[in-house]
Amino acid sequence: MAHRPRDLFSQQESNRRKSSWLLLGFVFFFAWIGFGGDIGLYLLQSGATSGYHHTIPWLGILATAGAAAMAWAAWRHGDRQVLWSTRAMELINPVTDEQVRLVNVATEMSIASGLPMPRLWIVPDSDPNAFATGRDPQSASIAVTEGLLETLDRDELQAVLAHEFAHIARYDTRLMTLVAAIVGAITLLSDGVGRILFQSRRVGGRAAGFGGGGRRGGGGRSAAGALVIVVWLLTLIVAPLVSRMLAMAISRKREFLADATAAQYTRNPAALISALEKCENARGPTLSVGRGAAHLCIVDPADRRFQKYKGLIGDVMASHPSLQERVLRLRQMMGSVAVAA
Amino acid sequence: MATLILVAAIAFIAFWVIGAYNKLIGLKGQVANAWKQIDVQLKRRHDLIPNLVETVRGALKFERETLDAVISARAKAMGAQGVHDVARAEGELTQALGRLFALSEAYPELKSLANVSQLQEELSSTENKVAFARQHYNDVATTYNVVQQQFPTNLVAGLAKATPAELWEITEPGERDVPKVDISIG
Repeated sequence: MAHRPRDLFSQQESNRRKSSWLLLGFVFFFAWIGFGGDIGLYLLQSGATSGYHHTIPWLGILATAGAAAMAWAAWRHGDRQVLWSTRAMELINPVTDEQVRLVNVATEMSIASGLPMPRLWIVPDSDPNAFATGRDPQSASIAVTEGLLETLDRDELQAVLAHEFAHIARYDTRLMTLVAAIVGAITLLSDGVGRILFQSRRVGGRAAGFGGGGRRGGGGRSAAGALVIVVWLLTLIVAPLVSRMLAMAISRKREFLADATAAQYTRNPAALISALEKCENARGPTLSVGRGAAHLCIVDPADRRFQKYKGLIGDVMASHPSLQERVLRLRQMMGSVAVAA
Repeated sequence: MATLILVAAIAFIAFWVIGAYNKLIGLKGQVANAWKQIDVQLKRRHDLIPNLVETVRGALKFERETLDAVISARAKAMGAQGVHDVARAEGELTQALGRLFALSEAYPELKSLANVSQLQEELSSTENKVAFARQHYNDVATTYNVVQQQFPTNLVAGLAKATPAELWEITEPGERDVPKVDISIG
């Protein structure tokens, strides 16, 4: 049977667990950035005889409090942030034929999936793309671009919406929205700290005392301090890259699963194949969707003309599996779906 | 020590029984809910039909039979009771509507009627909603039926008053084409 509630249940559980760990890890990461900096400063300056002594770990306290606030905001308002960043407009009163069709198709998929009707949004962008966001099925949102409504026929639109409903049903949207909010925050932090360090080095002043303290202090303590500082800096440099790769890796597997669930809802994998092909063949990029929300979309919002030239690094960093791979898996599914109706 | 093990075993069994019972009750609720959803969509379809018939009546005055077939199929479907009867009556209504839509291809003046394209979108959406509500009901009912027959959950099935739910059988051959799968590609 196509419907496997146990799979779905374990998938939801795993997404809930990962979401919690992600938030926790995020707060711990900021705490490390803060308190690590404090320890480094303390160890480096404890040997110095005069000048500023770093005894209160205010960096750590501030960073932890800030991270907790950001995690809370991502949990409460992550979906709003994503939708706001794409300039999406909520569709409340469908007027045109296309809008009526969108509402109808969404209602059909809400029936097929047994999920409540999500809020619908339209992104003013001529490139065909779509994404879903929200903490749980009750507060979910689905956004489609104007280009998607123009490019796809009814069955294809249905397939795309089924794919987004699948993300909602599996609680992918919770994890992926949190990832979007958090990757953005980490990138911002790393850029910000990088700029502060760079500028203070140029200005000299305190940064000179900072390094000088280490040299004057001598002995094992300042060596430990230097080590902490090195590891600390490395974390800052590598963090945005790692967090993004993590986001992309979890998102690629999710796309296959959502494709499969979408085929279960519509019993029509052929329409999803042609929808994916139409979206991929559009030139892109989806300008309204920034890098931070790329993994939420049904096809990579980046300029797709260059994708075929990507090598190994391109594959690791890509937010989506290749079209060929997705189509292949859907074709394999066709045989079994034909029987399952 | 022995009593401790005994108490632990009883506690384990009790927890398992509660879990299995709640699971069956939850699934039973889902099945009932899915069935209600079909009802909602069928009612929508019945409500839309008079509207459609009124709109096309003028243009189709030489096709009384087709229109009458739709009207009588609707009346029969509204009076049907039980999964089996409802399924059959609704299948007939679907066929009657299909013949009406086929006619509209032969009458170009129908397409020029302002409301017809909107009504057609509404009706084909409603047809889809009926089909998906039915599909969802069958999916949920199948899960419910499988779970209550599986060992060891079947031991609790009597306690939860779980009986196999009747599936909505597909009556006419045309309905099986819904997946629209082109096997030649695979």
